[in-house]
Amino acid sequence: MRRARNRGTSRTPLALLLPALLGLLFLVLPLLGLVIRAPWRALPGQLTSAEVWQALRLSLICATAATAVALVLGVPLAWLLARTEFPGRRLIRALVTLPLVLPPVVGGVALLLVLGRNGIVGRWLDSAFGITLPFTTPGVVVAEAFVAMPFLVISVEGALRAADPRYEEAAATLGASRLTAFRRVTLPLIAPGVGAGAVLAWARALGEFGATITFAGNFPGTTQTMPLAVYLAMENDPEAAIALSLVLLAVSIAVLAGLRGRWMSTP
Amino acid sequence: MQFSSRTRTATIALAALALAGGLTACGSSAKSSGSTGGSASSSSSPAVSGTVNVFAAASLQDTFTELGKKFEAAHPGTTVKFNFGGSSALAQSIVSGAPADVFAAASPATMKTVSDAKDNASDPKVFVRNTLEIAVPKGNPKHISSLKDLTAPGVKVALCAQQVPCGAAALTALKAANLNLTPVSLEQDVKSALTKVELGEVDASVVYQTDVKAAGGKVDGVGFPEAAKAINDYPIADLAKAPNAAGAKAFVQYVESPEGIAVLTAAGFQTPSAASSPAPSAS
Repeated sequence: MRRARNRGTSRTPLALLLPALLGLLFLVLPLLGLVIRAPWRALPGQLTSAEVWQALRLSLICATAATAVALVLGVPLAWLLARTEFPGRRLIRALVTLPLVLPPVVGGVALLLVLGRNGIVGRWLDSAFGITLPFTTPGVVVAEAFVAMPFLVISVEGALRAADPRYEEAAATLGASRLTAFRRVTLPLIAPGVGAGAVLAWARALGEFGATITFAGNFPGTTQTMPLAVYLAMENDPEAAIALSLVLLAVSIAVLAGLRGRWMSTP
Repeated sequence: MQFSSRTRTATIALAALALAGGLTACGSSAKSSGSTGGSASSSSSPAVSGTVNVFAAASLQDTFTELGKKFEAAHPGTTVKFNFGGSSALAQSIVSGAPADVFAAASPATMKTVSDAKDNASDPKVFVRNTLEIAVPKGNPKHISSLKDLTAPGVKVALCAQQVPCGAAALTALKAANLNLTPVSLEQDVKSALTKVELGEVDASVVYQTDVKAAGGKVDGVGFPEAAKAINDYPIADLAKAPNAAGAKAFVQYVESPEGIAVLTAAGFQTPSAASSPAPSAS
């Protein structure tokens, strides 16, 4: 293996190297552009302004809350998909992963029609509990969790499939209930997978735009997260938009770098 | 159950629209090389052909779509393509090099973004004006009759963000009325603000008179006196880097022609000359 790799680098055909470098440039250049065009001198002022701080704080809180929701609901869902057999499981699995490929704005429309004041569920929530989700901070969490949870489910399901079920069976023969076996044996076994899924979900929630602006609206301090602030800043203050984008870029790079080192590295 | 039937109608309408859109797209590309001579109107303009890309404020969507069709009929061989959106976002994309021929903005301020970048071929001209109105769900369930009613507790209001003209105008009107209003959302263009009223998610929104009219009875409009202090001027200009300069000039001419103005006034826009105060120059 090692020998082949060593030889390969010295003999990379130009026909592959050229498009590969172009591809690299294509992906990295826009990000470089952001860094080059950044108003570095005005940056400290931009980043410490109350509005930016407000949007950043809200983004961090909502993304973390959305990840918590995804963990509480997503881990059991992943377990259901990986460890049980029931009719229609493949269909359910496809539906669970749908938000991965669905345009987020479509998700936002769907959420608005179901959980809005006049939605099937939303109407009932409003009349029975006086809860309306659109235009509220919990609404942002709902929108972000909808888009981010599939990332966690996929990751945890993969970890569960890779984990040997015989450990659980052994625990069961020793008298542990299924829940205890899950909690004491399975969960520690798949912890890295859960961690990776949670970080991915968190990063996805942090960057969520379409579903949030459609379902939760845009109001500073309540529902205006960083991506929304970037979008509106771009309309009249591109410098502020660049500054905000840099923050999101830095956070995303940190997350991916952390993931790569811990969980995604391949031998 | 009312909900599900409404969704079904919407789905069917959407499908029909997509189909119609596909068909017209095919039709127009097939006849794009038609003859240009002998058109009834605008005999003075040079022969125009090809595609005219028009960037226009979201509030112009219905009228300009109609004007586009009429323009295509008057100038066989042309296709008018529209990019509707918030004026500020459109201005930014023009300045960033979007291939636009014509820009019709909902405010002189957003047109200025383009003028400042020297992207106008000619001086922008105000062609219509628009007045604000409060849009409320059908039947006005919260009994809103004035701007002040919007500040009542328990009334959910969506405004346009102040970066877009309808938001700037709404802010001017609220200031004129000395009101402090906290909306639940600041929408990125006037149409999305109106949609939130149509869906019943908010109790009111401040939009243009023309949008209420275009909603065709799906929402009710409530006029308010402070609107007179926040009338929006709509400037139009052909663009310096227009890929289709002749087409751009012809389209601007058509919008300003009596025929074009008739379509706009029928939708509720006012002409600059009809207003009592002189229209401020856009430059």
